[in-house]
Amino acid sequence: MSAREISRLVVPNRGQSVWLVLLSASAMAFLAVFALALSVTSAQLARNWSAALAQTATVRISAPPEEIEAQTAIVLEVLRTTPGIAEANVMVAAEQAALLEAWLGPDLPLDALPLPRLIELTETEEGPDRQGLRLRLAAEAPGAVFDDHTRWRRPLAEAAGRLRAFALVSLGLIGGVTAAIVVLASSAALASNGQVIRVLRLVGARDRFIALAFVRRISSRAFIGAAAGTALGMLALRALPEAGGNVHLLSGLGFSGAGWLLPLAIPPLAMVLAWAASMATAFKLLREVT
Amino acid sequence: MIAFEDVAHDYGGGPLFREVSVRLEPGSFHFLTGPSGAGKSTFLKLCYGELLPSFGVVRLMDRDVRTLSRDALAETRERIGVVHQDCQFLDHLSVEQNVGLPLTATGRPLREADLSDLLGWVGLGEQAEALPPTLSGGERQRAALARAIIAAPNVLLADEPTGNLDWEMSQRLMMLMIELNRMGTAVLIATHDLQLIRFAKAQVNARVMRIAGRRLQIAGADL
Ligand SMILES: Nc1ncnc2c1ncn2[C@@H]1O[C@H](COP(=O)(O)OP(=O)(O)O)[C@@H](O)[C@H]1O
Ligand SMILES: [Mg+2]
Repeated sequence: MSAREISRLVVPNRGQSVWLVLLSASAMAFLAVFALALSVTSAQLARNWSAALAQTATVRISAPPEEIEAQTAIVLEVLRTTPGIAEANVMVAAEQAALLEAWLGPDLPLDALPLPRLIELTETEEGPDRQGLRLRLAAEAPGAVFDDHTRWRRPLAEAAGRLRAFALVSLGLIGGVTAAIVVLASSAALASNGQVIRVLRLVGARDRFIALAFVRRISSRAFIGAAAGTALGMLALRALPEAGGNVHLLSGLGFSGAGWLLPLAIPPLAMVLAWAASMATAFKLLREVT
Repeated sequence: MIAFEDVAHDYGGGPLFREVSVRLEPGSFHFLTGPSGAGKSTFLKLCYGELLPSFGVVRLMDRDVRTLSRDALAETRERIGVVHQDCQFLDHLSVEQNVGLPLTATGRPLREADLSDLLGWVGLGEQAEALPPTLSGGERQRAALARAIIAAPNVLLADEPTGNLDWEMSQRLMMLMIELNRMGTAVLIATHDLQLIRFAKAQVNARVMRIAGRRLQIAGADL
């Protein structure tokens, strides 16, 4: 019987505080898995949106049918002579139809609609002088509108950034609530084990030994609970339907590849947190009671 | 070793005793008697720092208890064995684990052989694995004594250690404490059992102190 063994045994393994820690640690870990996934996914989304939209733009030409071919030719010429544009392609009718079909259904009489002509262009790394391009187009082809997608990109990137902030704040809150519950449970455990503390004092045990006996109990429960909650959270994430390779907020929430190792940090972190919170509480309470 | 200098103790309803000055020297043997409620248990609690004196100075191992840090007081208690009046065990641990606690809870080595020898000596060899609540009153007191002496303390304080024991077992425990005293342990026993005191005085040079009239008297040889 060593000091370590006895330290594990001196606090009776009963009482609500043990269950309180076990259950809340597992619930908090479950939530933490989702908050972590949200933070990783939203960061990924912001990156994807920026990358996908940053180097593409469109020029939309709305003109009467008899002018549209002429304007298209002018716009293509302008684009060709603008530095920073790698490629410009007129979208053929079938491509346009496919694009619209996704929104409006297959039975649309496309031929009857006065659709604008779309030119897709790919920018080089540096990109064109957007303001200059807009002015030139306005002067030479009045029906052409340059759209670099900033309208879409900015709110999407902002939303993704804010989502990430939410996720990080949630992780902070989860940690704070866990610490508060551990403090509560530690005080309850010390209060309901007055006899244990009295006996240990009587035989000369130091505060450190007494505190550790309680801290071991509580932080091991926090670890076990958090491990269970993390496992459940990861299973739930795995169970979300796949989005065919696209990162999408609803179906793409989760981790990929080595990212799945990230939530494995939750149980040890929960244990360290519980250890610190219960140690501080135990020392404080042991000092208050002479 | 333990010294009282003009000590008084008061729980709030007037002093139980006052102007108590006494020294327990290494290797000494003392009895503390007095009617129930006189303050014998209180005196013992002052001796191991569970209570601080309302007045005067108590020195444990030459240090004023008031100046001891929490760890220093715990360290002092490693050298003071206490048999508490109401025993005080960890009820979910076996007798054996309870008895070994003064060593294991302070990180000192515990030899299994010493533990079983001691349990055999106090007649609890059979009950080593039992839980304290299943013991009789006498068995509890023997377990408490075993726990108090397992760490070979410099001082043994015993509060009514034979209160629940038959005469034969009382004598046996008394002999164990006398044996300890002969090996150098200072012993202080609070009891109102005069027969026990007489038995001990035949074996050992014991001083008898008596709390009466709120004073501590050192009784003469006549009792
Ligand atoms: N913690 C306490 N608070 C208030 N009064 C106490 C306390 N402990 C003991 N007393 C009182 O002090 C007196 C002496 O108690 P005690 O030292 O246990 O006497 P004894 O052991 O000689 O019977 C008793 O009247 C008891 O009621
Ligand atoms: Mg008493």
